[in-house]
Amino acid sequence: MSQVKELTIQGLWKNNPGLVQLLGLCPLLAVTATVTNALGLGLATLLVLLGSNVAVSLVRNHVANEIRIPVFVLIIASLVTAVELLMNAYTYDLYLSLGIFIPLIVTNCAIIGRAEAFASKNAVLPSAIDAIMMGLGFLLVLLVLGAMREILGQGTLFDGADLLLGDWAKALRIELFTVDSHFLLAMLPPGAFLGMGLLIALKNVIDNKIKQKQAVEKGSIARARVTGAAQ
Amino acid sequence: MSFKIASSPHQHNQRSTAQIMRLVTLACLPGIILQAVMFGYGVIIQLALAIITAWCSEALILRLRNKPVLARLKDNSALLTAVLLAIAIPPYAPWWLIVIGTAFAIIMVKQLYGGLGNNIFNPAMAAYVLLLVSFPLQMTQWLPPLSLQSISLTPLDAVCSIFSQFSCSGFSLSQLQSGIDGISMATPLDTLRTDLNRGLTLDESWQRPVFFAFAGTGWLWLNLAYLAGGLLLIQQKIISWRIPVAVLGSLFVLAAVSSLASSDTFAGPLFHLFSGGTMLAAFFIATDPVSASTTDKGRLYYGALIGMLVFLIRNFGGYPDAYAFAILLANMTVPLIDYYTRPRTYGHRARSELK
Repeated sequence: MSQVKELTIQGLWKNNPGLVQLLGLCPLLAVTATVTNALGLGLATLLVLLGSNVAVSLVRNHVANEIRIPVFVLIIASLVTAVELLMNAYTYDLYLSLGIFIPLIVTNCAIIGRAEAFASKNAVLPSAIDAIMMGLGFLLVLLVLGAMREILGQGTLFDGADLLLGDWAKALRIELFTVDSHFLLAMLPPGAFLGMGLLIALKNVIDNKIKQKQAVEKGSIARARVTGAAQ
Repeated sequence: MSFKIASSPHQHNQRSTAQIMRLVTLACLPGIILQAVMFGYGVIIQLALAIITAWCSEALILRLRNKPVLARLKDNSALLTAVLLAIAIPPYAPWWLIVIGTAFAIIMVKQLYGGLGNNIFNPAMAAYVLLLVSFPLQMTQWLPPLSLQSISLTPLDAVCSIFSQFSCSGFSLSQLQSGIDGISMATPLDTLRTDLNRGLTLDESWQRPVFFAFAGTGWLWLNLAYLAGGLLLIQQKIISWRIPVAVLGSLFVLAAVSSLASSDTFAGPLFHLFSGGTMLAAFFIATDPVSASTTDKGRLYYGALIGMLVFLIRNFGGYPDAYAFAILLANMTVPLIDYYTRPRTYGHRARSELK
């Protein structure tokens, strides 16, 4: 049980692939113009990550160490192809709007990173849990960034959610405010970089606050420094 | 008498940052007054909005960073950023434009990099680019100079237009934009650019009322006013002559050569020097002590780079004027320029003499 908890904390917060490891920045920054796109790509990545971690974990004892990376890439590439075909079949409009970034999931370093760092050394069940938590962490960052950019850029939330979830999801669309001129920067790549930077800063602020609080609770006394540069 | 122990250079200017910033702002005044007289009172309201926003956002972020608020506000650097941005945007742009721009300049471009002295990019120009990229329509709505306006605007109309985009008597901004002949007017640079793209020659385009003498109506005087302010700054030794001279020189040479080569498709050097934001940018914006190059030789390279970029973007790029882009691009090269143009330390020989 404690391993599940540890993996959850690692994936969602401490070692978040989006905010801490900074892996998979390309899709993270490119497709988060709306929440729907972010959700679509996040789910696709989660699915691929789960599949690849389980598969890599299953074959980890049968693959020679020297050729493990090509094997991992093969596994990931075939899974991505499957996901791409699925999205082409069932969410065609979203497939069009995500474009090249679905095949590019293959190059998402978060996936091969987890395969190499975790799944190739652990049993199937922990690998699956790790994949789910890492995928969720990535998905959450995508969603927050997507929401920030969509609200700033268009004043809406879940615009075009029906592309992903079917016709009922049209009801999800929330119009927060209407403006004559959209804040284009939020929709453009620089806006994604700015938003990402602010999110990382926010996480660091929260971490620092927590650390300070823990230091106070422990009652540790910082030793006065007499020599050397003060920190 | 007190002994001051200071490191070299011992002979230096006694002016504080606050005094320098105040003097630069004051040197803008002739241009600002002329702009208010020739293009309407909108610029005064934009200035007020920009300065209030700049002070508020600076105070806010300084409090968040646990820095002394009043001491930093008094150095007038936020004031100068606000002034430069307010005179660069169209005078009748909606009020939220200048508020977003100034807040972005102070918070994102200046304070997030560590405050005054640490920003890589010129805050006013980075904010200008943000606005131009985000709100292209509002950022190009320049009214024609007063002498060409068909509907004259009172100061109250300026307030109405900025806050509601309609003058008090109910004219929309696009109606106000039209000249005496009822045709919507753009800035001289924009007009020339559109005409040349439509296949007209320079002489044909020149018949339009926005042009006057060798530049644009109103814009010529505006540039002369900023030139006067800039010369005052050089005379007071606040800015070095190198950057403005290099900017104007490279623009002049490139424009002269191209217009000699093809006088029907390239405007002459004087038109380039006295149109758009040339003088304002060359003397007041490119010379920003923080984001510009700091060595003597480096300043010449930096200025020449800006002039070249402006010429290229004005003639071949997607925008009619280009100072914001040119200055930001040149800002990026400053660390490199400074690295390769470090002056010789006193007592050391130049590298060429060592061999």
